[in-house]
Amino acid sequence: MQLELRGITKRFPGVVANDQVNLTLQTGEVLGLIGENGAGKSTLMNVLYGLYKPDEGEIVIDGKSTQFLSPADAITAGIGMVHQHFMLVPVFTVAENVVLGIEPTGKYGTLDIDKARAMVREVSDRYHLNLDPDAKIEDLPVGVQQRVEIVKVLLRDAQIVVFDEPTAVLTPGEIIEFFGIVKTLIDAGRGVVFITHKLKEAITVSDRIVVMRRGLVVGEVEPSTATEGEIAEMMVGRAVLLVVNKKPAKPGKTVLSVNGLHVVDPDGRSILQDVSFDVREGEIVGIAGVQGNGQTELVEALTGLRKASAGVVALDGVDITNFSPRKRHELGIAHIPEDRLRQGLIGGLTIGENLVLTRYHDKAFSNGVVMHWDDVRQLSEDLVKKYDIRTPSADMLASTLSGGNQQKVIVARELSRALRLTIASQPTRGVDVGSIEYIHQRIVEERDSGVGVLIVSTELDEVMTLADRLLVMYRGRLVASVDPKTTSAMDVGLYMAGSSPDQLKAS
Amino acid sequence: MNQNYAKKVLDRIARTTSIRLTLLAVISAMIVGVVIIVLSDITSLREGDFGTAFGTVFDAYSALFIGSFGSLRALSNTISSTTPLLLCGVSVAVAFKAGLFNIGATGQMLAGGMFSLWVGFSMHGPGIVQIPVAILAGALGGALYGAIPGILKARTGAHEVITTIMLNNMAAFLVLWLLKTTIFQREGRTDPISKLVNPEGILPRLFWFLDDRKDLLAHTGFFVAVLAVIVFWWLLQRSTVGFEFRSVGLNPDAAQYAGMHTKRLMVMAMMISGAFAGMAGASEVLGTYGYASQNFAGNIGFDAIAIALLGRSTPVGTAFAAVLFGALQAGGRQMQANTDVPIDLIVVLRALIFMFIAAPLLVKAIWRVKATQTVEGQSFRGWGA
Repeated sequence: MQLELRGITKRFPGVVANDQVNLTLQTGEVLGLIGENGAGKSTLMNVLYGLYKPDEGEIVIDGKSTQFLSPADAITAGIGMVHQHFMLVPVFTVAENVVLGIEPTGKYGTLDIDKARAMVREVSDRYHLNLDPDAKIEDLPVGVQQRVEIVKVLLRDAQIVVFDEPTAVLTPGEIIEFFGIVKTLIDAGRGVVFITHKLKEAITVSDRIVVMRRGLVVGEVEPSTATEGEIAEMMVGRAVLLVVNKKPAKPGKTVLSVNGLHVVDPDGRSILQDVSFDVREGEIVGIAGVQGNGQTELVEALTGLRKASAGVVALDGVDITNFSPRKRHELGIAHIPEDRLRQGLIGGLTIGENLVLTRYHDKAFSNGVVMHWDDVRQLSEDLVKKYDIRTPSADMLASTLSGGNQQKVIVARELSRALRLTIASQPTRGVDVGSIEYIHQRIVEERDSGVGVLIVSTELDEVMTLADRLLVMYRGRLVASVDPKTTSAMDVGLYMAGSSPDQLKAS
Repeated sequence: MNQNYAKKVLDRIARTTSIRLTLLAVISAMIVGVVIIVLSDITSLREGDFGTAFGTVFDAYSALFIGSFGSLRALSNTISSTTPLLLCGVSVAVAFKAGLFNIGATGQMLAGGMFSLWVGFSMHGPGIVQIPVAILAGALGGALYGAIPGILKARTGAHEVITTIMLNNMAAFLVLWLLKTTIFQREGRTDPISKLVNPEGILPRLFWFLDDRKDLLAHTGFFVAVLAVIVFWWLLQRSTVGFEFRSVGLNPDAAQYAGMHTKRLMVMAMMISGAFAGMAGASEVLGTYGYASQNFAGNIGFDAIAIALLGRSTPVGTAFAAVLFGALQAGGRQMQANTDVPIDLIVVLRALIFMFIAAPLLVKAIWRVKATQTVEGQSFRGWGA
């Protein structure tokens, strides 16, 4: 099957998400679709999947022009999509999830679950997916859930499977397995579209890489010959620094000291167990781990958003375990939260209002009753300039900013004051390459000015390059403390998966 | 945060409907109203006399306008209907801005009305002292009654929609009982009706100097309502607590992250919301009636929800919506008197306005408005794309 997108244009209020995009997809090859956030990758794929109707352009399958009015049309035409956020019912079994919408029925219209099981088993065996049809989704690791999504797509007879950021939620080990699955799909004559912003992965797995920028296809590259630097340059439109420039750390006295921290969730399940570590002045401590191993809860416990059930958190020797978020803030803790849209920003407030969100009650901005908006405006105009936040005015709503600029608002707010400790969680998630470079530099500058920095990230590359000391979290415990300069990413990946390199060597 | 679906829909209405769409919704409702009036004129229809049928429409709508703005009396009626709607509309809007859905304006209005009534008949003093005290008592009563659902939500997570509805019922029966006690019941009466507010404590009529028939009902409670709109604006745009309300209302997680005391804010927002509704009760008791009967709150607390949504919970929008609803009510009486069209048409018109507001896509389709502000377009902005 050959599928062509011809001259696709899709406009949203204020933006042209896709501008005359041409793209050819084929069975039997992996197409890497790469670009920054907001480059229009997902919009394009949603057009392909029938979720958006393009304003201009057509979809041509094997020479015949077609129109997709809904995902159902796209599925019939042989297009499958595995979304970044899985569309699974957690309390259903694998078989039940897979047949949702195409349920095999028995004599009286009842669900033929045996048939469903057989269907799952058949596809699972053919593509070596190793799935148990009777396992409940909620009990399965993310990597396995993704395979359930793949089975769903395959059972609907997809010839071309689109993966939207498939590796974002996977461990390094699972990513390698995932690449194996992609290869099996290709060998079986299907086609794969791999949407990503990770250059390395695109180069590893693709047969062809198409780069998008600002709604346009800016070029196509050959993975075997192109370098990461070249592709990054195409993505951003200028040369980018892919490595962080930093001098060796000069750690001073201890700023943050965490001792025997335990966190229990409302159901009584233990989420953090006996976590202890220190962060010193002038060093960056990184915490690596696969998403969902307690990092979120650790950060919340450190910033006062979650109660510790046992243990002590001390800042400069003062026990702050039970301090409110505001009190901690006033003591000089900055917090760049992992989910900027959920916690870090209020999209319906202006950029200026967001820039004072954590210190609007300071004497400078409020006398307790009335806000001094003129002073807020002054500050926000300064910060917009200083932190290069791209906006016509600080009075615009924060929701009008791009992801990278929204993150700059948070970084500006949190770092533009006297600090002792900076806690940054996923500081560059969903941020364009250009802004990543900037944010990393700011974090290193913070360190060099004598602030203790704690970076929590699921992007292994990020913590490996930024951190002076790297801790690995697995199932709510710190399982390793390594020097990122002398440890390989592979070894850290093993710790993240719950084993250790020594164990492997011994066995 | 666990929001129920209905609230999400209402949130969307309150935050994303543009002024243009609101106006188009009102116009659409009036047009559907035309059809209803024509269809209800059976005699003319049977004779195929569309001229007369459309004549009725013209008569009805002109009576609606003349009855609301066409004379001093009409204006007075509009003002007197608008006053409590405006205060309760602001009440619901304040809560909305803080992310709370206050269905309890009726109960808070009853509580406030009873507080001010008590001051009104038991306090003796010059009006210039007594009236402000009575109105403040009304605000206090509403605030206290509004605090209950606020505290319940902050402490136990009980949803304010449920608790305020329940509290409305409790308030209604509490008023009924109070009106039968010796403290409140008028001497010599067996039905639930209160003592009269002292003459000095009555809110002066607005047009007393032009009022030879003593029936220009508009009273100075209207100034309280206008003041409430200004206070609401100041609260949102200038005050620190208003900034906190807006933050919590837009994104409670981010507000908590920012160190705001979200639970305390919940209670405060409900108290301020209740205070506005309480003043509506005070204004009705001290101005419109001069006493309290069993259901002096009427449907105002519920109409206020529609008003706040129609006005997108902004001060100016809420004011316009309240005037629209007040004018419809005042004009409706004239319409019923002049034509055969019953005042129930007003209820239908309000329902239609609300329906069109709730269905922006329908309005856009009817008026062929280009989708300039699609909310659904959000999905392309998620992580990693």
